Amino acid sequence: MSLDKFLVVSAALFCCGLYTIMTRRNGVALLMGVELILNAANINFVAFSHYLGKVMGGQIFAVFVIVIAAAEAAVALSIFLRLFATAGSVEVDTADSLKN
Amino acid sequence: MVDLVFVLLSMLTVVSALIVAGNSNVIYSAVGLLFTFMGVAGLYVLASADFLAATQMLVYVGGILVLILFAVFLSNRISDSKLSNPTHMRVPSAIVCIALFGLMSHAAVNTEWAVKTGVEYAPTTAVLGRLLMTKYLLPFEVVSVLLLAALIGAALLSRPESGKAACKPDMEEGK
Repeated sequence: MSLDKFLVVSAALFCCGLYTIMTRRNGVALLMGVELILNAANINFVAFSHYLGKVMGGQIFAVFVIVIAAAEAAVALSIFLRLFATAGSVEVDTADSLKN
Repeated sequence: MVDLVFVLLSMLTVVSALIVAGNSNVIYSAVGLLFTFMGVAGLYVLASADFLAATQMLVYVGGILVLILFAVFLSNRISDSKLSNPTHMRVPSAIVCIALFGLMSHAAVNTEWAVKTGVEYAPTTAVLGRLLMTKYLLPFEVVSVLLLAALIGAALLSRPESGKAACKPDMEEGK
């Protein structure tokens, strides 16, 4: 257990999140990918904070990331519910009425 | 012993993240996300972030994940949930992601990090609380206002249409 192992786990999590975002059209699944990426960033913050000598700024930053993730999830999910009520699905491809 | 726990937690995290990425049923993806969050909380404990681990369990598992499950149940017809989450462009995305993973892990392993040895585990809650009330007081207040605004906005957005209908008579009276 060392710093680089934490970083490799975080990189794997980040790539899973990126793959989810790249392949999905379902809005809720896209949000899951975003949450994975935010968690990967948080692991990095916490691991650096621990291994570079108990610098507490990393953990403070992780707390703020968690708060922002909560706010983002609440707003995004309510937007998707509204989209489902108007367009009948949460596929983000269907939300193109501004273009047509 | 700690190394074994670390390996198990990493495997839990990464395997369930792969389930999130690969499963075509969005409910299974949500359950995979649950185990990912739990594994990440365990990793926080191993990196001496006990308060963050508890926060992760409370906010992510107790809050965000329940919110996501609600959205899944409200926005998909559960009977055809197998069709609800198709994947597109799988092969190019997988190539890009695996290449990126290789690059990032190569950089992480081969960099000489300025690691301090002999960092001992200690409770962090008191330190974090003191920092949030002194050095990081302004970001703390700003983020709390942001969270309040976001939650009020979310509640307003997801109100049913009857809320709008209730507003209309008032506006007509105003005219």
